[in-house]
Amino acid sequence: MDRIPILRMGPFLLVTIQVDLYDRLALTLESDLVQMVNKTGARGVLIDISAVEIVDSFMGRIIGNIASMSKILDAETVVVGMQPAVAITLIELGLPLKGVYTALNVERGMQLLRSMIDLDEDQDEDEETDE
Amino acid sequence: MSLSISKILQKRKSSVLEKWIQNQLSDEGLRDDLISNDELRASSEELVDILATNLNDTNIEDANSEDFEPVLEIIAGISLTRARQGFSPRETGLFVMGLKDAILSVLQEEMQEDPTSLFRESMKMIKLMDNFSIITFETFIKGREEVILRQTDEIAEISTPVIRVWDGILALPIIGTLDSARTQVVMENLLQEIVQTGSSLAILDISGVPAVDSLVAQHIIKTVSATRLMGAECIISGIRPEIAQTVVHLGIDLSTIITKATLASALKYAFSILKLEVRKTQKEKTTLL
Repeated sequence: MDRIPILRMGPFLLVTIQVDLYDRLALTLESDLVQMVNKTGARGVLIDISAVEIVDSFMGRIIGNIASMSKILDAETVVVGMQPAVAITLIELGLPLKGVYTALNVERGMQLLRSMIDLDEDQDEDEETDE
Repeated sequence: MSLSISKILQKRKSSVLEKWIQNQLSDEGLRDDLISNDELRASSEELVDILATNLNDTNIEDANSEDFEPVLEIIAGISLTRARQGFSPRETGLFVMGLKDAILSVLQEEMQEDPTSLFRESMKMIKLMDNFSIITFETFIKGREEVILRQTDEIAEISTPVIRVWDGILALPIIGTLDSARTQVVMENLLQEIVQTGSSLAILDISGVPAVDSLVAQHIIKTVSATRLMGAECIISGIRPEIAQTVVHLGIDLSTIITKATLASALKYAFSILKLEVRKTQKEKTTLL
């Protein structure tokens, strides 16, 4: 059975979706990703969907689910490289993907994740010094 | 044998033309600013010529007869050009009606001795010319509609440019009402440009939008959400006080969107996000001369 590879890059997980996501593949990705976040203790998940040209409401929901699940496991999700047509479709479907961070490309996505993690750590330090 | 109208017309063609032109020239509403006397004479002469050639005793009662096609062509051509030149419907209508008057008065002169046939022939002629007038109006209105359609297309084309105001900042001034079709075009243009330039900020300036109702607000929110999905941020600028009032009165929630009063303040905000700074240079530049 097909699986979408999940790559580990330091504290982050990188997923690039290169094929059209059919429902079962998306569900497998969801469970694999959550397992992986749990196992590696990753702080961020970066999903590159620049090659995805067709989405439906199910796919939109899966992305939303992944973001919420990762959030519970203390990891932020960034979706990068969304095609204009995909963005318009998701909006027309009424799925603005609340709680999901977005970036134009992988590079900026990584930057965003790093800045978020840095911010968290800074806050932790601040709290410690306060005490 | 009573005189037939077509023969009379052929025989007295030049006097019909003279009368008609006289009529038109003496009319107070003559638009000599739009059309010169020579042009007027040329087009009148052409029409009278063609009418005299094609009119005969059989087709006089049938305005749809194929014989009149060249006549209709000329009438249509005249009314189309007049519609574009900016003549009023009344002036265009009077142009063809004037021909009727001219022909009728010539008929009267020719058939003075025979009132019965004068009446009969006149009725036929009036019917025919009325048909021609209707066709004139139809083509005139068609010409006007073409002008309107062309202008609508032009407005739609010119009003959705995406401008790159800075490296990584796009601006999109919207002029005119935002309906669904235009939102679609605006959204597609904007998202396409974001991908192409890799810009992370877009400013949507709505100072040219005359009114914002709940539908327009909906469209704006959609555009902003789509931009966010792409990974860019969208700032709305150019919100006039009246628009702010309507938006609040309608109960539209724009709190999730970054809004600025002017394009300048939106640009300033964009600079601050990109950690750019605009400042005066300390040193006077040494200029030649």
